[in-house]
Amino acid sequence: MKFGVIVFPGSNCDHDAYHVISKHVGQPVDFIWHRETDLSSYDAVIIPGGFSYGDYLRAGALARFSPVMNSVKEFAARDKLVLGICNGFQILCEAGLLPGALIRNQELHFVCDHVNVRAESANTPFTHDLKPGSVLRMPIAHAEGNFVCDEVTLRELQRDERIVFRYCDREGQITEAANPNGSRDNIAGICSRGRNVMGLMPHPERACEDLLGSSDGREIFRSLAGTLAAAA
Amino acid sequence: MPNMKAKVYVTLKPSVLDPQGKAIKHSVELLGYGGISDIRQGKYFEIAVDGSLGEDQARAEAERMAREVLSNPIIEDFRVEIET
Repeated sequence: MKFGVIVFPGSNCDHDAYHVISKHVGQPVDFIWHRETDLSSYDAVIIPGGFSYGDYLRAGALARFSPVMNSVKEFAARDKLVLGICNGFQILCEAGLLPGALIRNQELHFVCDHVNVRAESANTPFTHDLKPGSVLRMPIAHAEGNFVCDEVTLRELQRDERIVFRYCDREGQITEAANPNGSRDNIAGICSRGRNVMGLMPHPERACEDLLGSSDGREIFRSLAGTLAAAA
Repeated sequence: MPNMKAKVYVTLKPSVLDPQGKAIKHSVELLGYGGISDIRQGKYFEIAVDGSLGEDQARAEAERMAREVLSNPIIEDFRVEIET
């Protein structure tokens, strides 16, 4: 299995993602510059965190027009796996690969902290190794992580079990106090209708080593690698 | 033919919370400005358009740009004015 990490001008978690795939997943991985368009040799691509195009206009708004994004759309349409982390989640929403939008945090602050999220669905290629209801501790670092969507979209996400992660307290309770940015329904991550595209604000790639405060993120990459191994 | 100017105003939909506008309103009130019930922050774009396009086409182009790039229709509305 082969992974690609897409690099936009302003991406800054690309090396973290690369490190985790090569060291912890133990699989080949390439950086893919945003002007490239050939994704045919990859089984999964990661759209990493950072500040693509300086977050100009809106977070993720300009990255969506990079040449590689048309290829990512085709890649996703072929049921290949796409994981968007933080700015990657924002880009996937702007590109229409995921519903909703991420706006300025409710309290305006750039929030840089470790948070707890509850796995709401094990029915995705990224979470099937997780026990539903299990709590993962991962860092967040964003100013625009406040997930918004209309009522109809929210109902659809809930009905189809497409809300994958929600902010919770240490015990796994979904509370307002545990919501770091005002996200609707405490949503921290969602997946596409086909379940092969997932976006989340927390950084699993920065939570793969105990030295960094948590290794819970490994469970996501283990699920992802397990899915690809089963398909091979 | 002189250039035209397309002015595009992008605003958050009324249903979308505007934390920045709220913070600005708070500061303005601290300065003593009274009678302000709400402040919403938006974006403003000035686009120089070739005069040969004609007003209708300039408007159509600016509206398309506003819809596809300058705004995110999930959270924002836009308004276009053409200055000839």
